[in-house]
Amino acid sequence: MIKIENIHKSFQGKPVLKGISGVFEQGKPNLIIGASGTGKSVLLKCIVGLIQPDEGHVFYGDKEFTKANRDTKTEIRREIGMLFQGGALFDSKTVEQNVMFPLDVLTKMPQNEKIDRVNFCLERVGLGGQNSKMPSEISGGMQKRVGIARAIVNSSQFLFCDEPNSGLDPQTSILIDDLILEITEEYNITTVVVSHDMNSVMGIGKRIMFLYQGLKCWEGTRDEITDSGVKEFDDFVFANKVMQKLRKK
Amino acid sequence: METLGKYFIFLSRLFVNRETFGTYFKLVVDECITIGINSLFLVSLVSFFMGAVTTIQTAYNLISPLIPDYVISLVVRDMTILELAPTIIGVIYAGKVGSSMASGLGTMRISEQIDALEVMGINSASYLVLPKVIGSLLMYPLLVILAGLLSMLGGYLAGTFTGVISPTEYVYGIRFDFNEYMVTFAIIKSFVFAFLVASISAFKGYYTTGGAVEVGKASTAAVTQSVIAILTADYLLAQLLLQ
Ligand SMILES: Nc1ncnc2c1ncn2[C@@H]1O[C@H](COP(=O)(O)OP(=O)(O)OP(=O)(O)O)[C@@H](O)[C@H]1O
Ligand SMILES: [Mg+2]
Repeated sequence: MIKIENIHKSFQGKPVLKGISGVFEQGKPNLIIGASGTGKSVLLKCIVGLIQPDEGHVFYGDKEFTKANRDTKTEIRREIGMLFQGGALFDSKTVEQNVMFPLDVLTKMPQNEKIDRVNFCLERVGLGGQNSKMPSEISGGMQKRVGIARAIVNSSQFLFCDEPNSGLDPQTSILIDDLILEITEEYNITTVVVSHDMNSVMGIGKRIMFLYQGLKCWEGTRDEITDSGVKEFDDFVFANKVMQKLRKK
Repeated sequence: METLGKYFIFLSRLFVNRETFGTYFKLVVDECITIGINSLFLVSLVSFFMGAVTTIQTAYNLISPLIPDYVISLVVRDMTILELAPTIIGVIYAGKVGSSMASGLGTMRISEQIDALEVMGINSASYLVLPKVIGSLLMYPLLVILAGLLSMLGGYLAGTFTGVISPTEYVYGIRFDFNEYMVTFAIIKSFVFAFLVASISAFKGYYTTGGAVEVGKASTAAVTQSVIAILTADYLLAQLLLQ
């Protein structure tokens, strides 16, 4: 479980996050959704510590993260896996070296165990046998899957995904979404997914937090989406025709 | 001024919270190989021709029969060791190695590879940049020594081939009144330039923001600023060390 409290962040005097609190539960995908530029990525980066928030706290389990000392931070970071918007694979390393990288730097596992674990994770994301390919030789969807494999290889307790299906076709998107959902439930991890794709929201949104202009504007499950009673949220959700039809029914 | 402050903070980050020695050893070796592959051919080519051209031009300018021929190779030697090898090669080094360091790191920044390292709790500045700086400190002086040798060889071949100077006189001139301190000075210069090029280029690349266009800009800025730093340091070192 991850808890955030009153997160504030401004850039050059321009407030982006204006006090966001909430809880992300274990064993289910927690979605952060909202229009472009509302600060979803900034919030995610505040949670994983890539950006230092101006104010507020982040708790991993019962451990405070934001103001923790370096050792505690490193300890928590070993439990964090992150899938970046563009995959962020190391482009000078092969698929296998990419997935093995967290094991190389964070553990003292012997080489043969590492290889077994890497093969297991690649198999898990449906990319068995692609070990020696370079990131530039595989498609965007495959890169995302390698990114997921890298994020879970260290048996992390926390998984963060920034727009896991941006730039992918609808079918591949669903594949990635399902993979995230399965992994989350199978290993009972706390997953936080940033998205602005309504398909994902309906597909895997067990818990949804809606951001609007730097504030949390609505929170709930996907079953409660249609009757939120919040105008900004309705505008976002029913922007697309399919969702509008769904509402009429 | 603010950039200068940021640069020094960046440098200090290289030395805190490092990874294990073994990790760096491998990275430094990789870096040395990359630097070598990137620069060896051009450095060799330029230094060879630099020596050849200096020889022929010096010969052309020394038409007085009062000046002995060996002065030609003496001039070639002094110019090569003092200025051409460390400084001109430094400019080439900035153009080849510095720009590729900056664009490499810039690409890693905009594609979030640096963020990926940070999330794993790795000090990305140290992990990515320290091996580049050390690799540069190891490789650049070697390149300068090689350039010096090739330049004098180029001079020898050009001089004897065109007949402006006889082989014996060329060798005599190279050895005449030789001051070892010049070599020491050249090596000191090359360490300083190696550090400047690697750290400035890495700094520019590491703090790239935006997209592919900005990576290109960072790489150009890295070359320009490295060259300015080299020339400034060249002047200061000459003032300091050649009294
Ligand atoms: N490092 C930064 N410096 C200054 N401003 C920033 C920085 N990072 C983000 N911002 C600003 O914060 C705002 C929110 O950005 P953010 O990337 O979080 O949006 P987002 O909700 O993730 O949008 P998208 O769905 O397009 O990814 C934007 O207006 C952006 O300009
Ligand atoms: Mg974003």
